[in-house]
Amino acid sequence: MSERSFVGGIHPSYFKQYTAGMPIAPARPPSQVIIPLHQNIGAPCDAVVQVGDEVKVGQKIGEPKGFVSAPIHASVSGKVTKIEPYNHPLGNPVMAVFIENDGQDTPYEGMKPNKPLEELTPEEIRQIAKDTGLVGLGGATFPTHVKLSPPPDISIDTVVINGAECEPFLTADHILMLERAEDIVYGLQAFMKALGATKGIIGIEDNKPDAVGSMQKAVAESSGGYDIEVHALHTKYPQGAEKMLIKATLGREVPPGALPMAVNVVNQNIGTAVAMAEAIKLGRTLYERVVTVTGPGIKEPGNILVRNGTLVKDIIEQCGGMTDDARKLILGGPMMGMAQASDDVPCIKGTSGILILTEEFVTEYPIDPCIKCGKCMEVCPMNLLPNFIGSASEKENMELADKYGAMDCFECGCCTYTCPAKRPLVQWIRIAKGAIAASKRK
Amino acid sequence: MQKKLVMSSSPHLRSPESIQSIMVDVLVALFPVALMAVFLFGYRALVTMVIAMVVAMATEAIILRKGNFFGDGSAAVTGLLLAMTLPPSPPWWVVAMGSVVAIAIGKHVYGGIGSNIFNPALVGRAVLVVSWGSHIAGNVWLKPVPFGFAADAVTQASPLATYGASLGDLFIGTVSGSLGETSALALIIGAIWLYYRGHIDWRIPGGFIGVVFILGLISGGFEMGLYHVLAGGVLLGALFMATDMVTSPVTQSGKIIFGVGCGVVTMLIRLYGALPEGVTFGILLMNGLTPIIDNLTLPKRFGEVKKSA
Repeated sequence: MSERSFVGGIHPSYFKQYTAGMPIAPARPPSQVIIPLHQNIGAPCDAVVQVGDEVKVGQKIGEPKGFVSAPIHASVSGKVTKIEPYNHPLGNPVMAVFIENDGQDTPYEGMKPNKPLEELTPEEIRQIAKDTGLVGLGGATFPTHVKLSPPPDISIDTVVINGAECEPFLTADHILMLERAEDIVYGLQAFMKALGATKGIIGIEDNKPDAVGSMQKAVAESSGGYDIEVHALHTKYPQGAEKMLIKATLGREVPPGALPMAVNVVNQNIGTAVAMAEAIKLGRTLYERVVTVTGPGIKEPGNILVRNGTLVKDIIEQCGGMTDDARKLILGGPMMGMAQASDDVPCIKGTSGILILTEEFVTEYPIDPCIKCGKCMEVCPMNLLPNFIGSASEKENMELADKYGAMDCFECGCCTYTCPAKRPLVQWIRIAKGAIAASKRK
Repeated sequence: MQKKLVMSSSPHLRSPESIQSIMVDVLVALFPVALMAVFLFGYRALVTMVIAMVVAMATEAIILRKGNFFGDGSAAVTGLLLAMTLPPSPPWWVVAMGSVVAIAIGKHVYGGIGSNIFNPALVGRAVLVVSWGSHIAGNVWLKPVPFGFAADAVTQASPLATYGASLGDLFIGTVSGSLGETSALALIIGAIWLYYRGHIDWRIPGGFIGVVFILGLISGGFEMGLYHVLAGGVLLGALFMATDMVTSPVTQSGKIIFGVGCGVVTMLIRLYGALPEGVTFGILLMNGLTPIIDNLTLPKRFGEVKKSA
């Protein structure tokens, strides 16, 4: 068991057996894709194509409206049939571009290999990340080029790649570490060069020893003079949360309310590193990603390469469909993913998993009073007081919730998972965060 | 086919633990203690424990108007803990009265589980001590008769009155005393189970027992320190009563302060008070201070640097 860890956290059942080690399989090309024009934290995009336009694979169809944003690209070749709002994984309908697949997969001629990494300047690397629409693929979808542009008064010494994949069920990053280890190292080198960082670390939970071995081998073979270490981390949720990952790998604590930059670190996800490598080597834009299709409610689970804008129901159908007792559809992992009201929703850049849970996972529990066992405080990785914040929020005393540190919660859900009284603590904290943020905007 | 999908906010996994499973764990932990009580004091111990538990559960069922007699199991725990603090064979109505007071006044007057300030079992015991003291203390301590399930009842003085029992007898439990307090061995076995299941940590028992030992040592040397730990209700109180989740602090440092406070008050009563035993009031007093202790010991957030005052 690895020593590298953080204080708190939980040990849920991992359920990785459904898809662990299953090779990445490309999904059947969909007859139509519906690509939402908002796929990242930050500003949405404006469509730069019109109904009737012919587009090619990888061609830009959405232009960012602000700095904290990333362009969006076509994932099939064919004709734009509609531009109108459509269902979105985060809830409210969002403007989307409908493209009818012509089945030709004609690549966009603008996607050309760049100069080798040795000849690229940091500015050129940032530009490539921006032009290819890279965002954090762990699920938070923060635009990569913004992360690669720290303010001038902050120097970054270390880039940490998140290979923890601490969410139960998900195995997309795991299989990438087995199949694409060299590209991950290449992507990490590009991040390090763009940031002027002297050290790179790849952190992997020690329940994936094959991934640790694969990454160590790749680093040994192709470190290219970069100082890169592979760290095996204690297997514990949420080891992959950026602040916990930095604590485990470097022993540094990011202050409340601050970004990893405050301790001279930038985090990137495994999938993002692969996308960075593809962007440089092939000029490829981010129009597809690996999605773990898993859970007891899907007949044929797998690690599927899915094109942006493919409807979830198309993927489920290809994976044998839902079982009869399937009751819940989640995009992402079971701890932080979003439940969906319908499978008629497109996969986007941040879709790391399609998880289908069955009857036994959807038990509704009566909410009991807090018995002050303090277990939520023990598991809170931020060392907050989930019971205090939750009760304050329950009573709509948002000032008190704020005082107890509600805004420092990143909603990992350990408190709700652990609570023996089945109190929806993180849900109450979420409500408090919304209310506090709204009152501060006033 | 469009399935009806369940919507809810994450997380979508829950741990299997519930209030009921915790209470069952406590009952399991008390099993060796109860077994030892029957082993030493015979059927009388069994009768006392059954009355206390049944009346406690019935009282709760009536107050909550629920058909489920066992419920979340907390009333059974309270009843059994109360019995553990009683002599082997008080009159049945004293035991029943203790359970009614524990559940009705110790717990539900405050709003039920989670809302009570004081440990319900100890509230029940405190009322009995004050109201019917002659049945609870004094000439009530049965001489233990191992394997004597139906042995004749012979009373003798308690170890805290004589300071004459051997440390070995105190550890095994072959001394007179309350049902649950005589056998250090059985109590420690139960506590190890609770620790293993994650329901208690070392802080409260450590602070409590540590202080009792140190103050005993100061008052009369090393053996007297051990005597104070093993005799009377210190282990029962420190391992099973003071660690009650609802009425003890939630913060890590608060738990140490709480345990130390329990030990100090217990020893002040034992050494200078009118009663031979001080565990009950030591814990009850610290129960009252729990919200203040919590508020004064709120933990530092991750990454937070304590402002120097």
